Amino acid sequence: MAQLLQGETGEWEIVIGMEIHAQVTTKSKLFSGSSSKFGAEPNSQVSLVDAAMPGMLPVMNEFVVEQAIKTGLGLQSKINKYSVFERKNYFYPDLPQGYQITQFLHPIVGEGKIEIDLPDGTTKEIGVTRMHLEQDAGKSLHDQHPSKSFVDLNRSGNALMEIVSEPDINSPAEAVAYLSKIRMILRYLETCDGNMDEGSMRADVNISVRKPGNDLGTRCEIKNVNSLKAVQQVIDFEARRQIEVIEDGGEIDQETRLWDPAKNETRTLRSKEDAHDYRYFTDPDLLPLELNDNQIADIKKTLPELPDEKKHRFMDEFGLGIYDASILITERARANYFETVAKNRDSKLAANWVINELLGLLNKNDQGIKDSPISAEQLGGLIDLISDNTISGKIAKDVFAAMYETSADAGAIVEEKGLKQVTDTGAIEKIIDEVIAENPDNVEKYRGGKDKLFGFFVGQVMKKSQGKANPAAVNELLKKKLG
Amino acid sequence: MTELTHMTIAEALKGLENKDFTSVELTQAHIGAIENTRHLNVFVTETPELALKQAAESDKRRTAGDAGLLDGIPLAIKDLFCTKDVQTTAGSHILEGFVPTYESTVTTNLFRDGAVMLGKTNLDEFAMGSSNTTSFFGNVINPWKNQSNPDADLVPGGSSGGSSAAVAARIALGATGTDTGGSIRQPAAFTGTVGVKPTYGRCSRWGTVAFASSLDQAGAFARTVEDSALLLQSMSGHDPMDSTSADKNVPDWASTLQGDIKGMKIGIPKEYRMDGMPDEIEQLWQKGIEWMKDAGAEIIDVSLPHTKYALPAYYIIAPAEASTNLSRYDGVRYGLRVEGENLRDTYESTRAEGFGDEVKRRIMIGTYVLSAGYYDAYYMKAQKVRRLILQDFEKAYEQCDALLTPTAPSAAFAIGEKEDDQIKMYLNDIFTVPANLAGLPGLSVPAGLDKDGLPLGLQILGKAWDEETIFRVGNKIEQAANFTAIPEMVMQKAA
Amino acid sequence: MSLDKETVRKVASLAHIKMTDEELDKYGPQLNNIVGFIEQLSEVDTDNVEPLPSPVDIPLKLRKDEVTDGGYPEDVLANAPEALESFYVVPKVIE
Repeated sequence: MAQLLQGETGEWEIVIGMEIHAQVTTKSKLFSGSSSKFGAEPNSQVSLVDAAMPGMLPVMNEFVVEQAIKTGLGLQSKINKYSVFERKNYFYPDLPQGYQITQFLHPIVGEGKIEIDLPDGTTKEIGVTRMHLEQDAGKSLHDQHPSKSFVDLNRSGNALMEIVSEPDINSPAEAVAYLSKIRMILRYLETCDGNMDEGSMRADVNISVRKPGNDLGTRCEIKNVNSLKAVQQVIDFEARRQIEVIEDGGEIDQETRLWDPAKNETRTLRSKEDAHDYRYFTDPDLLPLELNDNQIADIKKTLPELPDEKKHRFMDEFGLGIYDASILITERARANYFETVAKNRDSKLAANWVINELLGLLNKNDQGIKDSPISAEQLGGLIDLISDNTISGKIAKDVFAAMYETSADAGAIVEEKGLKQVTDTGAIEKIIDEVIAENPDNVEKYRGGKDKLFGFFVGQVMKKSQGKANPAAVNELLKKKLG
Repeated sequence: MTELTHMTIAEALKGLENKDFTSVELTQAHIGAIENTRHLNVFVTETPELALKQAAESDKRRTAGDAGLLDGIPLAIKDLFCTKDVQTTAGSHILEGFVPTYESTVTTNLFRDGAVMLGKTNLDEFAMGSSNTTSFFGNVINPWKNQSNPDADLVPGGSSGGSSAAVAARIALGATGTDTGGSIRQPAAFTGTVGVKPTYGRCSRWGTVAFASSLDQAGAFARTVEDSALLLQSMSGHDPMDSTSADKNVPDWASTLQGDIKGMKIGIPKEYRMDGMPDEIEQLWQKGIEWMKDAGAEIIDVSLPHTKYALPAYYIIAPAEASTNLSRYDGVRYGLRVEGENLRDTYESTRAEGFGDEVKRRIMIGTYVLSAGYYDAYYMKAQKVRRLILQDFEKAYEQCDALLTPTAPSAAFAIGEKEDDQIKMYLNDIFTVPANLAGLPGLSVPAGLDKDGLPLGLQILGKAWDEETIFRVGNKIEQAANFTAIPEMVMQKAA
Repeated sequence: MSLDKETVRKVASLAHIKMTDEELDKYGPQLNNIVGFIEQLSEVDTDNVEPLPSPVDIPLKLRKDEVTDGGYPEDVLANAPEALESFYVVPKVIE
């Protein structure tokens, strides 16, 4: 899907690399014991360490180390047994220390790769360059006062994982698929909640363009791309902008640009000349982080089945197509739901009900699988009623709607509303006789060779039976009676 | 009875225990002495009310039989240790008026053991200096006078100049200091006091304003080796809030320092024999060697070949770390703010007005050596030289148990001297800096007076975590030197 | 290597310390004096020597992931030069 863009001088290829900042799911911060929870009153989740009071020192959160190892393993990456925290120096009001503690030369996670799923049903491998741990900054609010900015340090010091990709991404769709897949993996691992609205996941996008086959072009880094939609928009805009600049005879400046969602454009934040000189060096307040093989092996044992493994298993075990399998594995809860429904049942029927009926309805109501008013066991019960001919597929849809409404079991609804399928041939024959008696003209025409009228008779019978007559039995008996 | 301000801590503890006097009386005597010596500019902040309150509480504890290791002992605290509800300035305008809401681990430990705080002592700004002349709050004056030039005020050494002067002037029984490149040992030598810097990681750095994190260590000033051991014992200990604090048992050094040193091997590093060093210092060093021999120790000549490079390495590493440690002083959350035209201007104006010359120089050197293109040539190089310096010591300690050297290459000098040339000033720390780079413990013991009547110190350096040996060796020097001189100013006052 | 005035200006700017031309002229030679001194290190053979960032040789300390701190905005803001409604207040950041 490496889509090429048509410019005035021919086709252009987009080359994209992404840096994803993912907040590690923890109770407390990376280097202090204050809460990392989102949404508290300003400066209420700030320790003296987070506010960089004189003489304050960082102490590493052990759970973050486990989470990072887990994530590295989930990204099929090398875990570095020796990693080092360094200081990245710059001034900003929401960076209290005047430096960010991060990993530079020796990150905790090295090279790896992930598989992304594209809308056309194909997959592509994207390289992961590295992943390192670092502190988040606080938040500056610029719109509260005409001449002042307000600083809240609640977020200051939260643990972030920065996942850096290789420039293997070549279209907005691939970028969206990459970000989605990373988010999916982190959610499977429970190492990041992936909540982009709350800023738990943020992306910087590096974009350049080139004529196919040429060397890489000069790239621009676009900061703070904070939704899947924004990723798409940013790349669309920035690739077009760069192509226009080059086609107009200009050159791309290597610079950092900011995405302005309101204006739907990127603009220069700082040029290469103004680029920070971060003066990285080993943080003397922290010693190197050393891991051993046992520790890594122990964590490996706790890894859940990862999305791609699950996807391939669903395809093999349940005979699903890649499209259905991809939809079902999007979240662990959804995959688990499906597996419960499909257990000892017709798996394709199960997939169909989960994807087309349940997820369709949930999506329409802007809800997720966890909000489903129908439990997996209940949906399985409904499918059982279809399979044992208690109800027809058509009635089942009505039953499903009622279940969604009331959370009641399928059997109870069928019972209460008297929706049981009529399979008693005597009863069906009686209805058929009535229909034949009521429509002598059509009976004559049918018998005269107008075969198409058969459907009319089926419809009449079904109507009289309020949909409950077993369609197969109706067909068979009608044929017999009409001769 | 000895005058209350002239006792050692050990004597005072006995006096308190024997009910010869109360902590309130002892503290009151020191508060009086402080009032009489304000011209020395020892304190940035005096805390007499707090001291008397703590003393009264101490007396109650002692009556109840709950007295701690240092219960009721009035101390001076270097104004680099954050003290809850008491202004902490680090000697800088940028922290003027800063009142911590927290207590440093070191002072917490001292208070746990019953110590009384008389006030916060003056220091070189952010502990950057060897003369206490870089303080925003003015010079500290050394109570000692040069008999050849009695009109000149002398420096008390630095950076812990207020603390060294306080102990020498008999206005505190002991004091805390910090030592990044010699800031305890050099002022101790300049004021005829005992100064100890323990192994890096022995005292928590939590709540101590940082200068250079991989070098900073808290330590103590006292008038005897035993007193310095008592203070250090209280200050030391593992702190989970400092990732570089070691989980090591803290020995009762005072109880073992009387032990003999027979058969102990004392190394004499030949590289510490510097060109241009005054003869008197060389002679004192020789005397020290004789004292060691007399005590039954074996003298071993050792070589620390990279000694010459310790100071230049230090003047890369310390400023590099300092340049980023001091980035937090930006006028946003605490301390001085000078409003500018915009945010950037506010930052730059705040830091321009808040920091003094020496601090600015070191921030700039540190920024320069870390900046793109220079990092490998300076910072990385210095870290490698640091490794070589550590290896020098490790090799030397295969041959000996401790090293004996002079503490400083000169006696106290006049205020204003050496101000024109930074390198001259930096050379003050030539004998003390290597131990900081290697993280080793060091002790300075007053060992004699020079021809101008100024005290000189000898330094004992030990193996990592082996403070016991340096205290023991220091005790032998102390006994042999029998240093009883006190500044004339103090004698006059006492008379 | 010696620092020219522009380099000193750049370093002061990186360090966010405002300096007048006169100050740059004053600090320049002082810094050069120090740089000249530290350049002695180039004499030392450091091939195959590992850097030593810290003298302590203990593993990195780790703490449990528990909320044990924070919850005292009044302490955090106690020394703030300017604060409003639990926020620190600074001159507007323009990007």
